[in-house]
Amino acid sequence: MSRFDWLSGYLARLEDELVVVHGGDAAGLAPAHCLRLDSEDWGKAARVAAESGYRWAGVWGDPVAEHIVVRACLVNGGDYLVLVTEVPLAHPVLASHTPCFPAADRFERHLHDMLGIGFLDHPDDRRWTRHQAWPEGTYPLRNDFPVSGDSPRRAPADSDYPFVQVLGSGVYEIPVGPVHAGIIEPGHFRFQAVGEEVLRLEERLGYVHKGIEKIAKGRDPVGLARLAGRVSGDTTVAHTWAACMAMERAAAVIVPPRALAIRALLAERERIANHLGDIGAICNDVGFAFAHTQFSRLRENWLRDNQSVFGHRLLMDLIVPGGVCRDPTSQCEKTMQPRHDALSRELDDLLPILEDHTSLEDRLVSTGYLSSNDAHRLGVVGYVGKASGQDYDVRRDHAYAPYDELEVISPCRAEGDVAARLQIRADEIRNSLKLLDTLRWRLPQGPASAPWPKRPVYPEGIGLVEGWRGEILSYVRFDDDGRVARFFPRDPSWFSWPALERLIHGNIVPDFPVCNKSVNGSYSGHDL
Amino acid sequence: MLRILNKIWRIGTLTEPVPRDAELEALGGQVRRMVDRRFRRSLAIRQVDAGSCNGCELEIHALANPYYDIGRFGVHFVASPRHADALLVTGPVSRHMETALRRTWMATPSPKFVIAAGTCACDGGEFGISYASCGAVENVIPVDVKIPGCPPTPQELLLGILAALDGR
Repeated sequence: MSRFDWLSGYLARLEDELVVVHGGDAAGLAPAHCLRLDSEDWGKAARVAAESGYRWAGVWGDPVAEHIVVRACLVNGGDYLVLVTEVPLAHPVLASHTPCFPAADRFERHLHDMLGIGFLDHPDDRRWTRHQAWPEGTYPLRNDFPVSGDSPRRAPADSDYPFVQVLGSGVYEIPVGPVHAGIIEPGHFRFQAVGEEVLRLEERLGYVHKGIEKIAKGRDPVGLARLAGRVSGDTTVAHTWAACMAMERAAAVIVPPRALAIRALLAERERIANHLGDIGAICNDVGFAFAHTQFSRLRENWLRDNQSVFGHRLLMDLIVPGGVCRDPTSQCEKTMQPRHDALSRELDDLLPILEDHTSLEDRLVSTGYLSSNDAHRLGVVGYVGKASGQDYDVRRDHAYAPYDELEVISPCRAEGDVAARLQIRADEIRNSLKLLDTLRWRLPQGPASAPWPKRPVYPEGIGLVEGWRGEILSYVRFDDDGRVARFFPRDPSWFSWPALERLIHGNIVPDFPVCNKSVNGSYSGHDL
Repeated sequence: MLRILNKIWRIGTLTEPVPRDAELEALGGQVRRMVDRRFRRSLAIRQVDAGSCNGCELEIHALANPYYDIGRFGVHFVASPRHADALLVTGPVSRHMETALRRTWMATPSPKFVIAAGTCACDGGEFGISYASCGAVENVIPVDVKIPGCPPTPQELLLGILAALDGR
């Protein structure tokens, strides 16, 4: 748990670099530790952090009166450090973190498009989240930008985005999307290939930008929880939990132990459902229909149990600020055990078939390789990180209730290929089943929610949850009336999308679907 | 291989009969007559995510699992709008997808119809209309059938599609 024994070392190195720290604050955004910096020291602080091997975990801006408050999150071990600075709205310029942390690239371009912050020394000055829905030079997250926008005409296609081209004999380009051939979310992929080999993949996302950060403003806590549950529909439990955790920390609400245990039940069920679907889909992308059929069957069984026990197949809107709104009866607790055992037996049948299937091995082993070094530099978390040596799990390394009283085992592998990402999912299903059994037996008695106070105690809070894709960070700031003034949900997909560009390098074009599925980034969670 | 065959044999057939729902059937009435006349009971659907949170896509995927097996009704999902009789559109239409959706609709040969799936597609849902969202699908292209739900269950989707297809 949080020790911060490394923080004095970091502060000393900052002092060596003549960085003035205007004050540390361990309470305001607990359990994260805040450091206030001058805006001119923003880049130096990142450089020192990068040299110390910390992981970069996000940056977000918050316009307050005539300033924009910018916060960046760094992680070391299981400790979260938030760097805070201010830039004037009239001249919002900061040093870029991207030269030290490649993970920061799209965040900073997003911040530029949404708030107009200029990042010095950023290697890429192209727009990212902005397509053609609002004009250049206007910034939706600024307070003077109306929610309804001010360009009522149709938004034209973003056809003149300057993709990087590879030139050379025999090099050709494949544009894909935004409307894909399958039943998936929209985005554009631009391949540069020679023969079958991919020389370069460039992603163009932002097509499902729905203005989540903007429309969160002014919501009450219940309304924000509903919105958070739709940041990414497949991660509805974890995003709602993270947003509620942030709000509950700000409001100093003590969530009853029974509610926390039920939240964990929901989160583990969500993890298992998604991993089941993904394992089947990965096999399907290399033509192994048997596994696809079997795993979609297991997933359907699992979702039907969600419906009968919790009343919703995807478990939406069950977590509410202060607790949960549906308490499974003791009857249901008993009926769950045989269902868990049944899934366990099915996996005993099916997983060995997958492991021994040579044609599957031929397609998945060594495909879509992401090195441990790249994974670290790109800040990748979740199964993509765990398959490439990034041994981090919020439930274990920054344990939050109820996981702080449970033994969380997190798998980690070094191979970094599609097969490893599949294996991590299989291991996580097994571990989640164990956790479910423990949670079910230990389900504490008592209320399933706590009353919500009229006003929050602190203005802001941070939520950190291990979703099925990995670490989710959620930041919430309240205004004086207890309504939401700023919401920033950071999905792990922000990091896995750049990883996909990296790991596809040198693979053949026909292997892109299986590589993409093995990463399975969320478009919606990234585009916001 | 024996293990695979053994598993397939032991699981057997799971596909379930579809329950009837008068209300949903009535919903598709008008479209249904058109489909019967023009599509000869075989419907090719192009799914377009125009800004959804991905919840609806998960449930549309489930339509292909062994329990629902939508293929048995002659309904199949195609990779191009040019092969499609109908568009199944999810999400509030994000403004960044506005033109892409319109172009997909124009690329779909007539006669065609549009099914809006999910609460967001029906009325904008949690996202409504904003600088980034056009709200309901009917604000961008004409919609023939609406299937509400957040997300609609595979059964609701199936009934919505069947109501649009099945005239008997």
